[in-house]
Amino acid sequence: MLGVETRGNYNTLLDAVALKAGDGHPAIIFRETAQPPIVVTRHQFRQRVHAYCVALKTVGICPRDLVVIAHTQNLESIYLFWAVMMAGAIPSMFPTLTEKLDPAVYMSSMAELTRLSDVAAVLTTDEFAPALRNHLPCVVFGTAELFANETTVGPTEFPVIQADPADIAFLQHSSGTTGLQKGVALSHSSVLNQISAYSDTILLRPNDVIASWLPLYHDMGLIAGFLLPLVQGIPLVLMSPFDWVTHPALLLQAIHDHEATLCWLPNFAYNHCARRIRRRDSEGLSLATMRLFVNCSEPVHHESHQQFLERFAQNGVRNKMLGVSYAMAENTFAVTQTSPGRPASLDFISNESLTARGYAQPLESGDPASVVKVSCGSAIPGTEVKIVNSAGREMEDRTVGEIVIRSNCLLSGYFKRPDLQPIDSFGWYHTGDIGYMVDDQLYVIGRQKDLIISAGKNIYPADIEAIVNTIKGVHAGRAVAFGVDDEREGTELIAVVAEVSTTDDDEKRSIAREIRQEIARQSMVNVSYVHLVGPRWLLKTSSGKITRNANKEKWLQESHRTG
Amino acid sequence: MDESTVRETLRSFIIRDLIRDPDYLLTDTEGIITGRLMDSFALAELGVFVEKEFDVYIPDPDLTVLKMNTLDQIVARVMTG
Repeated sequence: MLGVETRGNYNTLLDAVALKAGDGHPAIIFRETAQPPIVVTRHQFRQRVHAYCVALKTVGICPRDLVVIAHTQNLESIYLFWAVMMAGAIPSMFPTLTEKLDPAVYMSSMAELTRLSDVAAVLTTDEFAPALRNHLPCVVFGTAELFANETTVGPTEFPVIQADPADIAFLQHSSGTTGLQKGVALSHSSVLNQISAYSDTILLRPNDVIASWLPLYHDMGLIAGFLLPLVQGIPLVLMSPFDWVTHPALLLQAIHDHEATLCWLPNFAYNHCARRIRRRDSEGLSLATMRLFVNCSEPVHHESHQQFLERFAQNGVRNKMLGVSYAMAENTFAVTQTSPGRPASLDFISNESLTARGYAQPLESGDPASVVKVSCGSAIPGTEVKIVNSAGREMEDRTVGEIVIRSNCLLSGYFKRPDLQPIDSFGWYHTGDIGYMVDDQLYVIGRQKDLIISAGKNIYPADIEAIVNTIKGVHAGRAVAFGVDDEREGTELIAVVAEVSTTDDDEKRSIAREIRQEIARQSMVNVSYVHLVGPRWLLKTSSGKITRNANKEKWLQESHRTG
Repeated sequence: MDESTVRETLRSFIIRDLIRDPDYLLTDTEGIITGRLMDSFALAELGVFVEKEFDVYIPDPDLTVLKMNTLDQIVARVMTG
């Protein structure tokens, strides 16, 4: 298997076992509610990837072209991703249009992205291709069009483009306003370094099985729930995130049926499973084969682990299975990871000391003044982590500062954005996250920048506020958006406070409804709280700027909430 | 439980727990998910609530946006048991 010691045997991602082995072992098992599993063997996987690669070359995809895959999460998108790499081009997974998002908004942001990133082609479903083609400045292919002039090529004569390990393998796009999304460019070398180091850290073995519902346009889904199993040749049990969200028991059924051992989940998913899987749907399912559930991609709540543990103990879930990782696309994926087979360490600290002095003063676990932080583990091999102050000086244990990282799996840069230099002159990437260390264990406590992470998705308040400011009846420039911690959901919920002149209840209801609908239509996120207030309710700084934090505090006090 | 009680229990649950706006005037026919009032997570929550409150189990293939998008649809499904 690929590990730090065997790293030299792999040059590029095309050395993936699932591509090379060509045998009858399962590579991917695709699960869908009320449907029988679809099993794709390594042999079938290779055949399909080859066929798609030939098709891509036939329609003129060239080495180094950027190719966006905007599909529903299905086997086709998977074959396409690998086929694009095999053709020497650069794939990037993108979300497709859903019923929630306004088609016009999706089309215009895709057009903007296509133009700014110089996208050569977009690959999508046959149904969606005609609509997309009318809006984009590049070629768009549905699957049927790709295979319109299909030529068959045997495996022995298949022309493989040999990439250089330093070449960009693929892009991961950050969240945010689509047109301004940054494409994180990752080389073959960085991705293989990450997979080797991370596989060693989680003690990956040939009989592991990964179960995942995660979207492939997100780093956790793309690396842990897609590339890692295919590179290592271990089975991947995959489902669509849309299917899982409405039918969360599907994940448990998949773990039970295929004796899965590894699963990555953002924090909200622990609450979602614990609260929204009906007893009769989980009865008789065994999760005892699991070695590790890894909590990743949003702040980790101890209570979420506890809920999950209590709810599924009867199915075989144990505390030692609940791991944590701190990860980001800029480091390919994992920065840290807790030790498999051991529960994540807990740190009980003084909240007063943390907020007033930026120091994580330890307290006894039962102390009413304490808050509990969950360790994200220690740095994986090849990655260094340190905490620095605003002057860049490294902080001692328990002192809060910015998390910076240096590694052999960092991004090559942001695609077509030479103006952005993400790595400093000493090789460190400044994450913008805040945390502290204790004995090499990293504790993440927040972010420097205003950013809401809701259900694993990064949301910029400014994007939400810009939408609210266009709603008739809202005073332009007099709205704020912020995240509110919600213990029940295990994630941040989005709240909007906006100033309006009207005092008419019907009119206010109509404005509130429009705010909710417009935000969902334009940004695909749902707002949980809309609070309309009278003129001059919002607090401003001395320089006249509306501050999110002060207004969040005011709203929390007025609505008697905590958050 | 009669239909009007089921309807009002569901309406109250949806505006309080799913839309999170007790003042919201939810009609019987408006699209709760396609109208962008709540997201797909809510369907799973609805399944749990319906089982607990009315002792009706709605199987996963029926818990879809297409089949459970309006109060009328949800009430009808609950009443079929």
